[in-house]
Amino acid sequence: MTDPSDAIAPRRTSAAELSERARQARLRFAIDESTRGPVLLFFASSVFWLVIGSILAMIASIKMHSPLFLGDVSWLTFGRVRPAHLNVVAYGWASMAGVGTMLWLMARLSRAEMRYPKLLFISGVIWNLGVLAGTIAILAGWSVSIEYLEFPAFVPPLLTVAYVLVGLWAALMFLDRREKHIYVSQWYLFAALFWFPWLYTAVNLLLVIAPTPGVAQASITWWYGHNVLGLWFTPIGLATIYYLLPKVLGRPIHSYYLSILGFWSLALFYNWNGAHHLIGAPVPAWLVTVSVVASMMMFIPVGTVAINHHMTMVGHFRLLKASPTLRFTVFGAMSYTAVSAEGSLESLRSINLPTHFTHFVVAHAHLGLYGFFSMIMFGAIYYIMPRLTGWEWASARLIRVHFWGTAGGILAYFIPLSYGGFMQGLKMLDAQTPFIDTVRYTIPFLWIRSGAGLLMTVGHLAFAVLFVMNILKWGERRTEPTLLDDPAEYARELAAADATVVEETP
Amino acid sequence: MNHGPTIFLGVLLTFASAWLGLVFAPYSQLNKLKPAASDTGGDFYPKPLSGLAAKGRAVYQANGCTYCHTQQIRPEGFGVDIDRGWGPRRSVPRDYLYDSPHLLGSMRTGPDLFNIGSRQPSSNWHHLHLYDPQTVSPGSTMPRFRFLYETRKIVGAKSRKALDTPPDWNVPAGYEIVPTEDALALVAYLKSLDHTTPLPEAE
Repeated sequence: MTDPSDAIAPRRTSAAELSERARQARLRFAIDESTRGPVLLFFASSVFWLVIGSILAMIASIKMHSPLFLGDVSWLTFGRVRPAHLNVVAYGWASMAGVGTMLWLMARLSRAEMRYPKLLFISGVIWNLGVLAGTIAILAGWSVSIEYLEFPAFVPPLLTVAYVLVGLWAALMFLDRREKHIYVSQWYLFAALFWFPWLYTAVNLLLVIAPTPGVAQASITWWYGHNVLGLWFTPIGLATIYYLLPKVLGRPIHSYYLSILGFWSLALFYNWNGAHHLIGAPVPAWLVTVSVVASMMMFIPVGTVAINHHMTMVGHFRLLKASPTLRFTVFGAMSYTAVSAEGSLESLRSINLPTHFTHFVVAHAHLGLYGFFSMIMFGAIYYIMPRLTGWEWASARLIRVHFWGTAGGILAYFIPLSYGGFMQGLKMLDAQTPFIDTVRYTIPFLWIRSGAGLLMTVGHLAFAVLFVMNILKWGERRTEPTLLDDPAEYARELAAADATVVEETP
Repeated sequence: MNHGPTIFLGVLLTFASAWLGLVFAPYSQLNKLKPAASDTGGDFYPKPLSGLAAKGRAVYQANGCTYCHTQQIRPEGFGVDIDRGWGPRRSVPRDYLYDSPHLLGSMRTGPDLFNIGSRQPSSNWHHLHLYDPQTVSPGSTMPRFRFLYETRKIVGAKSRKALDTPPDWNVPAGYEIVPTEDALALVAYLKSLDHTTPLPEAE
């Protein structure tokens, strides 16, 4: 299963092949030209929201161990800053970066130009207005107070219009496709584009716009809370890995059949995971059991995808020293395997009992949305941006700061907080331990978490600076991609693979 | 897999099946629930919240109490919620008949509040706790909610609503701390959180 949009360049080429390659390069250039505006708008917005989300995260994190910090400002009380952080990073940073990536991938893989790209600016603008208004509303005290759905009722219609526009534009490119072969990334993108607007509108109708009272709301909440990860972020993330790994390595994905198995088992089982968030809760027992079973079945899609990606990487790990895209992507892919396996185990009653209601779950959520998805998005943006702006990344040093800040940050976040959360849970399960002791116990771990958050924020600032420099074409003009190690070392492997704008432009 | 319609159909069916299973089925099962008549008379349980408590619930939502406090009691044998004194019985779907949005919560940075009204019946305790959590709960990391209170000069007689403050708060002489409408509503809501009524299905 080779990547259809770029054949690997052979060592020696005939004149006919050369002219064919030039034709393909012109086509790629025209495709990138057509998606440039909307993709840049979505990427730039996502980086803006990443910085805002980091600030909100730091405020919320510090408040957890030092509650007097900014303590008497109603807009900044913990219970408002925390959901503001979540919504900004989920709908501002992660979703907008995901949409940018999705549109670019869909165009490249369909080998079709985007039609009427300027109209898609409307989607980007509405999206930003929705996130901005929703975040202000949460800070002002108008939160719905349902996790992942805090935006008040006037925001979901705005975001829905924005999503639907994105979906239609992507579907148009898909229908216009010149490439007959539908690549695995397109299956995932297609599914995400279709699933998410349906999920989002259905759930908002039932919970925010016309809610029916009662505990069934909890089942719907977690059907959404889990599926926004499983049916929106996960397919976009996996589609991106499936695209970037073969591109950077210059070799096809290991197995087409594993790709098929991974895709359909994900579609079948991930949908049903939601109620594992309700183990021990006052909901019908069958509901929880069904979700626990589906969660264990998730080992199938996660295992197949992990094997498929690993076998593609084997023998090429050396390139991690050089390629920024590959570094972030492989870190994200490994986090995906880890977080999914952990999630399945967490759904077992015996492991859920000590971990539920503790910081363990918070650490888990960050390994998913950050260690997996955000790292993949960083990798994608490093790959896509130079192809849109015609300008290579300005500084390998800043990329290093970004990588070590974020990779080191998430590990320093995840490992101690998981341990602290697990112990917190064990203490809570001992009725003789006063509750306040479980609170006191976690405080050192929460300090470590703030330190880790600071590392991540430094990484994000380095990334934001790089991003702005790239858009404005600051720094010296480079004719080779910005690598993190001496390019000469990798010349042979990268000659065809990490092809730059310069090579691609006719 | 180069056939678009097959992918579309598969994606549609997998999603629709889970919607039926995890959304539609629990909804139709739980929608049949009715309030229970008590053994002693025509009094039904649960009851919708009173006006002030309903307003207080909105204050609880606005300030995100749910991110640190759950409102659910796990059954005996699964956790020690009952042993911790958080309630005499597990919570069941009927308890939540009028709850919208649900506030089950997913985190216990602080204790469960499903029965806080019966555990802490004093309004003054709640007000002191909201104004300065450390006063009644040393070591607590709960934020102070001072923006729900006013410190004002006593004009004439002390207000009946004024907090009964401990001496070490050092409230300046001639001043009093008075809860705003929001604080009064929130405390009314917290005091209404009492799900100790026995129910047959929770036996």
